[in-house]
Parts: sequence; C-alpha cells; structure tokens
Amino acid sequence: MSSNTLYDHVWDLHKVATLPTGQDQIFIGLHLIHEVTTPQAFASLKERGVHVAFPHRTFATLDHIIPTLSQQRPYLDAQAEAMAVALESNLANTGIQFFDPASGRQGIVHVIGPELGVTQPGMTIACGDSHTSTHGAFGSLAFGIGTTEVGLVLETQTLALNRLKVRRVQVDGLLNPGVTPKDVVLAIIHHLGVKAGLGYAYEFAGTTFDTMSMEGRMTVCNMSIEGGARIGYVNPDQVTFDYLKGREYAPKGEAFDRAVAYWKSIASLPRATYDDIVRLEAKSIEPMVTWGINPGQSVGVSQSLPLPETMPDSDRQTANDAYAYMKFTPGSKIQGQAIDVVFIGSCTNSRISDLREAARILQKGKVAAGVQAIVVPGSQAVKRQAEAEGLDEIFKSAGAQWREAGCSMCLAMNPDKLIGDQICASTSNRNFMGRQGSPTGRTLLMSPAMAAAAALRGEITDVRELL
Amino acid sequence: MRLEDAIITTVSGRAVPILGDDIDTDRIVPARFLKEITFANMGNYLFYDLRFDETETPKAHPLNDPHYLGARIMIVGRNFGCGSSREHAPQAIKRFGIQAVIGESFAEIFAGNCKAIGLPVVSVSDGAHALIIDHITHHSEALLSLNLDTKTLQYGAETCHVELPEARRQAFISGTWESTALLRVNMPAVLEKAKQLPYVQGFAS
Ligand code: SF4
Repeated sequence: MSSNTLYDHVWDLHKVATLPTGQDQIFIGLHLIHEVTTPQAFASLKERGVHVAFPHRTFATLDHIIPTLSQQRPYLDAQAEAMAVALESNLANTGIQFFDPASGRQGIVHVIGPELGVTQPGMTIACGDSHTSTHGAFGSLAFGIGTTEVGLVLETQTLALNRLKVRRVQVDGLLNPGVTPKDVVLAIIHHLGVKAGLGYAYEFAGTTFDTMSMEGRMTVCNMSIEGGARIGYVNPDQVTFDYLKGREYAPKGEAFDRAVAYWKSIASLPRATYDDIVRLEAKSIEPMVTWGINPGQSVGVSQSLPLPETMPDSDRQTANDAYAYMKFTPGSKIQGQAIDVVFIGSCTNSRISDLREAARILQKGKVAAGVQAIVVPGSQAVKRQAEAEGLDEIFKSAGAQWREAGCSMCLAMNPDKLIGDQICASTSNRNFMGRQGSPTGRTLLMSPAMAAAAALRGEITDVRELL
Repeated sequence: MRLEDAIITTVSGRAVPILGDDIDTDRIVPARFLKEITFANMGNYLFYDLRFDETETPKAHPLNDPHYLGARIMIVGRNFGCGSSREHAPQAIKRFGIQAVIGESFAEIFAGNCKAIGLPVVSVSDGAHALIIDHITHHSEALLSLNLDTKTLQYGAETCHVELPEARRQAFISGTWESTALLRVNMPAVLEKAKQLPYVQGFAS
C-alpha cells in the first residue's frame, strides 16, 4: 500500500467514515456538472423531495451538446434543446452556480474549472465525466463518476469509494523540439497499455513534469483515464500557485497565502512509498499518432504500423479489429496517410497554449484542398483570449473554421460529426469506433501542432519538418 | 426499494459471449443516444452500431443471435467498459435484461456504475474465461449460476472462482449497493468534515 503520497494525504483528509461494506465515505470538495449526465440524477432527487446538500460546492456548465456554429436558442436539434432546458430547470432555485453562455464563462467543464480557479490543489473533485482526471494537474483527487453517483453527491456531498493503489509515473529530461505534453501522455499510454491503470491512481512526477506548464499538465492528467487510471495527478508547486493567483474563484490576499500553505502540505513527501514506479526518458519520445481504435495503439510519427503477428496474444485480436476498422495496412508508414478532417479542440487540447501552437504551424500556409479543418476553443474565455491575440485571423486566413466553445467533434453530440469513413486528425482523447459521430468514422489522435501540420499537407506529417 | 428486495446473491440463466478486449462505452452505447434525458430506452441501444447497420437492419452479433435470446449473463473480456463515465452503458446492459456481467477485467468507473445500479460484475481468470466461452459457444442453452456468497460460477459440470472487491460483494449480498441510506446516516459527520476542510471555509483562518 502507498503511504505519504498526495493521494494518501487527500484521501485521509476527506474521509468521513468507514462504511459497513468496508468502503470509505469520502467528502467531495468540488462537484462539476454538465447537461448530459445529470438529468436522471436531478429527477431522482425531485421524486423523493430531496434538496441539494451543498449547492455552493457544485458548479454547472453546458458543453457536450452545445452547437459551435450558432448558439442561438432554441437549438436546431430538439433533443439538444431539451437537454439544455432540463439543465436550466433542474438548476433553478438550487443555488448552484451556472456558467451558461450568457455568463461569458461557459466552456468545456474541464477547461473552465481550472481557468476560473474553481479547481484547486488538495480537493476531491467529482464530475459525471471520465476526463475529470484533468483537474488532477493541480494536485487534487479528481475522478469521473456515473449519474447515480452524481445524485449521491448532490444529496450528501459524499461518495462510497474504494481506495486505489498509487503508481508513480516518472518522466525525466527535456522534451525534444516538436514534442508536446500530448505526445508524452500518448507515449505513456502506449508504453504501459490501456489496461495498466486499472485499480491505480497515477502520480506524474519527474523533471519533465516539473518544467511543464499547467496547461501541459492538464493535457497529461486528462488522458490518465485512457491508460485505465481513474485518477492522475501532479504534485502542486510554484507553477500551480502562480497559475491560480488572481483567478476569479481563487483565494485572495492573506487567504491565498494560507491556501498555499495548505496546498504545500498535501503534496507527496520525499519518503512517500508507492505501489509501483515506472520510468520513461523524455528524450525517447517523438511526436505520436494513434492508428487504431484505442489510445494505446499509437506510433511515433517516423515509425511504421506494427505487425499483429509480432504482438503478444493479448494484443493481437484488438490489433486485428483495429486494422479491419481503420482500413490500414500493417507495416505501412503513418506519415503520408491522407486525412479528410482536422479537429483542434476538446478538453485535452483546446486551451490557449494549444491554439497558439496550432496557429504557429497554420500561419505557414493554407489548409490543403479537400480538407475540412475546425478549431473549437475550450471556453468562451479561451475564445476571447485567442481573438485578442489574433489567432482567429490566422486560423481563418489559413482556411480553417473558427467556432464557439464546446466539446464539438470530440464526441459529436452536436452537429459536428464525421461522415462515412472519413479520417480525422484530432487533438481529442478517444479514437474509439464511431466516437466522432459516424459509425465508420476514423480518428487519429495527435497534438495540436501535429494536427495543424496534417491540415496543411492533407496527410499525416512530421511537424518537425515545419518548425 | 426494501433492503430484502435489493439483496443479490445469485444470478442464474443462459449466457451470451461478447468477444474482444477493451470494449469501450462508446461501443456499448453510442453517444448520440445520450441525448435522451431518461434511461428508459437505453436497453434498445445496447451495442447499437454493432447490432444494426445504417438502415437499421440487424447485423451478425451475439445479441441478435436467436441462440442467446433471453440470456441473463454476459461474458466479456479484458478492460470491459473502458472510456467514458456514462452510466447509460450499464443501464443499457441491465435494461436489456442482463443481470450479471462476467469478464477478465473491468474499467474502474464502469464497475462502480454497475455496483451503483445493482448489476454485479465479477472477474474470472484467463483460463476460466476461455473455458466458459468455449462451453457457451457449444451449448448456448447451458444454464450458468453465479453465486456471490461462495464467489463461484457454475457452468456445465464445472465450477470456477470469481473475484470482485469485497466491499462490492458485501454491498450486493447485504442489499446496500444503493448507498444513499448508508451515506445519509453520516450527515452530521459530513457537516463536521466540511467545517474542518480549509478550502470549504474559504481559507478564512
Ligand atoms: S471534450 Fe470530449 S472528452 Fe472532454 S468532456 Fe467534452 S466530450 Fe468529454
């Protein structure tokens, strides 16, 4: 069992009781909600006449179903409109803060929590969304839950949980030019596999993370779940504190100093013990691209696609399924693979630094003929910032579309969808079959810079050629 | 629900095999069906894009195979339910008529969601998994019996061991998988905890 890690510290601080089942009852410090995974939870509360226990510890936004072209109400999609209306009426009179589009603070739940300073170190954070792991970048225990559990948090502000094991994923050294946090996390998942995280929380540590920006850390923690780990976190440090200072919901003045003292106190100690430790060297990582139907099926951009016959039995079947679905040939190069669509966005890569990176590449040319490129900022605040910096003009003059904030083509619950078996170079986090809205659509995951390079050339391109 | 009615110790019935590892929740219920604001119809959407083509014509899939019609147990591979936290996935499985899922391993959030709605998911060793799959593909009429008291699965003349976290097992056999009541009992302690956590108090002192 681990000891003296951030996980242990935060768990112990939030433990309310040991339940008769042996599980721990854990206080949830921050609850984030959105329209898709909450209607049934509110319905259950209403049915039983139960009130929200701690309305000020829950924050809501609208992100999954929101259209990104015109957000005028009513939405053209009647089901999307019904979801938005359901959220609005469920929130009415609860005291829960709603960051709706009119507030100017709407956006993807995992983008706005941090940028508003709602997300802080040393919290337990739950949200009906598996990418809640994103918030672990701040040194919180943040994890996705289902709708029944959303109801439990609304009703009791607690959950019945099993303690996880802790694996330290240590990456040391400086990243090579053109290699980004997205490549780091894709490399980690490739290295450990998509199942390795089952039963674990991942502590991302080492000099690579020490020197990484908060936005980069968010990208890495975001995809912990793709490696099977429900929780991923980075210990809070000066980078974290500097990021939070001055944010709308961050403590101010002397309270901020007291907060920093608390935040420091929950970090893993040098004498911490882990259930497992794995190490990677940053210099061994190159820009990564997925070729299959799970996020572990990736290669470095200079590599060839793997041969199923050389794989262990346990991976071969999934690889064969992936080749059948993706219509790729084992042994061929990923570089030069033609693409139809480019999607730059999602809670993995839609923050200002991601858009700057994409713009840096896109300003070198025009989106290739026949390719549709869409850039979707993660929040209204990111959108304003990008426009203040003129990034929108760079995108538009390169021939890319500049949209309103939302989840968009990450899971295509709005009109942004692949058609038929289109291939999409995507900065999102999941390349599952049908993920981007077409049952036969194909997704290649990569960094914003790599996606931008693919947009210019119309094919998978090593971004290092364009630097 | 009365506690006695929530007790789950055994699930018996025929079983349907779902082959392959890393079957994600997008495959179990495609995202477009998440736009419904109740779970009522989720059973219809289970594995939708694998079971039906664009014209809604049924495709070859175990759940469309008359041999497995009415199966109560689903046999799956490794890391089943990976991906999103959508409870729509276990809801679809349960509402389709499946009462237990037996596999080699399960994604964490998925397993938690299954527990929350009273759907036991248990794991078996690789070896036992292969034998069970072999048995039910040759004898689709075979009755399997899962017993959470003895942590065993009986199939044909064989019995194998099943694993699940002890707290989850307790929750099923004591009928407390629906944890609202368990959590509510401690509300005084919850309020006390909120007072102790510095950030809940806005780092006031
Ligand atoms: S951007 Fe994608 S992964 Fe992130 S919350 Fe939205 S739908 Fe989920």
